[in-house]
Amino acid sequence: MRRVSTAVTIAGLIAAAASLAACNKTPTARSVGPQNEAPLVGGAHALPPAAAAPADDGNWTMPGKNYAQTRFSALNQITPANIGRLSLAFTFSTGTTKGFEAPPLVVNGTMYVITPYPNYLYALDLTKPGAPTKWVFKPKPAAASQGVACCDVVNRGAVYDAGKIFFNTLDGQTFAVDANTGQMAWRTQLGDIQRGETITMAPLVANGKVLVGDSGGEMGVRGWMAALDEGSGKVVWKAYHTGPDKNVLIGPNFHPYYAMDRGKDLGVSSWPPDAWKIGGATAWGWVSYDPETKLIFYGTSNPGPWNPNQRPGDNKWSAGIFARDVDTGQAVWFYQSSPHDLFDHDDINEIILADIPWGNGRRPVLLRPGRNGFFYVIDRRNGEVLSATPYGYVNGYKGVDLRSGRLIPNPDKEPKPGRVTRDICPASPGAKDWNPAAFSPITGLVYIPHINLCQDEGHSEANYISGTPYVGADVKMYAGPGGNRGVFTAWDPIRHRAVWEIKEDLPLWSPALATAGGLVFYGTMDGWFKAVDARTGKLLWQFKAGSGIIGQPISYKGPDGRQYIAVIAGVGGWAGAIVSANMDPHDPTGALGFANAVKDLPLKSTAGGILYVFTLPR
Amino acid sequence: MSSRFRASLALIGAAALMLSACDREEHHSRAKPLGETVPAGESPPTIFPGSSSPPPLDVRASLYDNNANAIAQGQQLYLQMNCVGCHSHGGGGMGPPLMDDEWRYGGRIDQIATTIAEGRPNGMPAWRGKLTQDQIYDLAAYVRSLSGLPSKDAVSSRAEGMSAGTPQTLTPHAEMNNSDTAQQ
Repeated sequence: MRRVSTAVTIAGLIAAAASLAACNKTPTARSVGPQNEAPLVGGAHALPPAAAAPADDGNWTMPGKNYAQTRFSALNQITPANIGRLSLAFTFSTGTTKGFEAPPLVVNGTMYVITPYPNYLYALDLTKPGAPTKWVFKPKPAAASQGVACCDVVNRGAVYDAGKIFFNTLDGQTFAVDANTGQMAWRTQLGDIQRGETITMAPLVANGKVLVGDSGGEMGVRGWMAALDEGSGKVVWKAYHTGPDKNVLIGPNFHPYYAMDRGKDLGVSSWPPDAWKIGGATAWGWVSYDPETKLIFYGTSNPGPWNPNQRPGDNKWSAGIFARDVDTGQAVWFYQSSPHDLFDHDDINEIILADIPWGNGRRPVLLRPGRNGFFYVIDRRNGEVLSATPYGYVNGYKGVDLRSGRLIPNPDKEPKPGRVTRDICPASPGAKDWNPAAFSPITGLVYIPHINLCQDEGHSEANYISGTPYVGADVKMYAGPGGNRGVFTAWDPIRHRAVWEIKEDLPLWSPALATAGGLVFYGTMDGWFKAVDARTGKLLWQFKAGSGIIGQPISYKGPDGRQYIAVIAGVGGWAGAIVSANMDPHDPTGALGFANAVKDLPLKSTAGGILYVFTLPR
Repeated sequence: MSSRFRASLALIGAAALMLSACDREEHHSRAKPLGETVPAGESPPTIFPGSSSPPPLDVRASLYDNNANAIAQGQQLYLQMNCVGCHSHGGGGMGPPLMDDEWRYGGRIDQIATTIAEGRPNGMPAWRGKLTQDQIYDLAAYVRSLSGLPSKDAVSSRAEGMSAGTPQTLTPHAEMNNSDTAQQ
C-alpha cells in the first residue's frame, strides 16, 4: 500500500520528465489542451444527484445500488472500530463453478441470487435461521450458448422492480419472474446464438422499461440496446450501434459535442463497405439513468474484429458513450472514447452520475474510469469531456485532446500487419475491465478496483463465419510496470489524482463496495475478501473464501435490523477462465491472451460458487 | 578422410533419412478414394455392449495421423475456420484446451474427426457440410499434434500467420497418460 503524497507526485513528475528527456520511447500519457479545472469551493467534493441516488432503505435492488451506480451503502453499523469482530452469518452453495460476477440482491427480507450459466435464480428467506431456499427458478438456456460466450459464461446480475426480478440468460433471453412466487411473468428472446449473440449484462429497469444489451463483440455480431416494457416484455425500442442513423435511433435530437461524432450515417461511412453489419459495438456493461432528464447513459464495446487493419475508419458507434431518451431510445449525444479501437478497449465500464463543484454551483457530470486507462469526467448534459486523466500506466496512447475530444494514439504501439507489437499498456482488458468502482459521497472518492497488465499482440486476417469468433489477433499478456497485476485506487475526481492505492499481486476482477461506516470492500482472485479504511486504504479485516472472488459485494439491512455484508466467491470470467474452464497454462495465447498473465492462478484458486454473508455478532 | 568425402557421406546419410521419413510427407491425394463420410467415433473408455473391445480404428487414421502434410494443412484450416478463436493455440478459452491430455469425447483421430463433423452439445459447432472429409481429417491430425501425440518430425516448426506465442515444437506439453498413448 502506498500513500501518494504531493512530494512523491512531484518527485515522480521530475523523474518522468527526466526519463522523457533521456529516452523518448516511453511516452507518458497525458491530456493536452485546456484542462477544464473547476475552481474549488473549499472542502466541497463530488456528490451523487439526489434523484438518481435516493435515501438508502437497507435493500439492494440493483447491482449498482441506485441509478447513479454509486455502489455505496448508507448503513454504518460496521465501522473501522468494530470490523475486527465481523464474522460469518451464513453461506450458500449455488451449485455452479463458473465465474460468478453477479451480486446478490436483497428485497424486504428475501435475497435473490442469479448464477452464471445455467442462470439459476434462487430466493433465500432471510427471516429464518440459515436463510433457507424459498424457491429456485431454472430458465434452462440453450447449452450451445456456452460455445459463443467469449469470456466465460458469466452473468452480471439481476434487478428488482415492482414485484418482479428481471434477468438475462446466456442464450439471449430476458426473463421476468414474480419475486414472491418464483413464477415466470414473461420472457423475451432478444439474441440469436447462431449469430454469436449472447447476453451477460445486468438489465436496468428505468421508467417502466427493462434495458438490455447484447454481448458478442468477439463474434462479429451487430451490437444493440433494447428497451422492453416492464409489464409485458414487449420490445419498445431497439437501437443498433452500427449502420444507418434510423437503426441507431439518431434523429433531430442528436447533438454530439465534438465534430468527430457529427455527420449523417456515420455508422455506415466510418466502416469499410458492409463491415458495420458484423462490427461488434455491443452493450454488455452497465446502464445509468438520470430521472431528472430521463436520459440513460451506457457504453458500447470494441468494434470487430480486433485486428484494426481490417476496419479502417472510426468504426462508429463502437467504444463510446451514448446518452439516450429512456422512453424513445432516441440518441441525445455520443462521445467516442476510442475511435478506431486498436486494442479491444471496449467502453462498457460503469458510468457514475455525480454533481461536482463548479464555480459557485455544481455541474452534472459522469465519472468514468475508462478501459483505455483514462479517468473521464464528462458533462452529462452534452457529452463534453471536462478532464481525462490516466489512472494507470498508459503507453498505448499519448493522451486525450480536449479540444477535439479525440484519443491520441501512440504510433509506436499501433498494430501493423506482419509484425508483433510489443509492450502495449494497458493490455486488452484495459486499465480496468467490467468490474465497477464504488463512489462514496462521504469521502467524495471513487474506489477503483483495476488491473496493471501489458501485452504483445500480432494480427492475422480474421474470417467472418457466423457463430464463430471474429478476432484476428494473437495476444500474450503479462504484468505491467511494478510487477503487481492488480491495483486498488482511491481516486479524487475533482483533483484528478490518486489519494491512496493498494498493489495486489493478482489482477483485480471484483467490483468494490463503499459504506457509510467508512469502509471499502473488495475481493481478490485467490479468495481474500478485504475491508479497508475508506480514507487511508489501511487493511482492517480479511476473510479467505473457498474460491477466488470476482463477484460484487453488497451491504443490506437484515430483517433483524442489523447490517450485513454479502459477496459470492466463484473465480472465472475472462481473467479467471484459466481455472473455471480448466485451461492449459502452457499456451500463452489462451483466453485471448489473458492465460499468460495468470498462469499461477490454478495453484491459487479452484472453481466454486459460494455465497458468504457477514455481520457483527450480537 | 577428405572434407569432400565427409560431405558425400553426410549427403548419403541425409538422403537415407529423407527416404525413411517419406511416409510422414506422403500426400495421399492419389490414394484409393474413400467415401466422403466421417464415421461416428466412440468415446473410450466406454461400454461396448456385446463385445469386449473398442471397434477398430478407421482406415483413414493411418493416412492422416503422423502425416506432416495433413498436419500442415490442418494448421492452416485451424486458423482459417476460426478454431483458434475458441481453443487458442491449444490452451483453450471459449472452448476446452486441446494441448492437454484430457479428451472429453476421445482423442483418437477418428473420434476428433467426429467431434468436428457433428459438433458437441456444450457449444462445439458442427462442421459437416461446411468442410470436406479430407479437411476434417487434416484438422483432426493437427489437433492431435497440439497435444504432442504425433512424432515430432511430422510437426511444423513454425506457426502459420502472426503469433505472439511460441512455435508448436517448443511448446511444453502435459505428460500424456497411459490410456491415451495406448490408443495410438
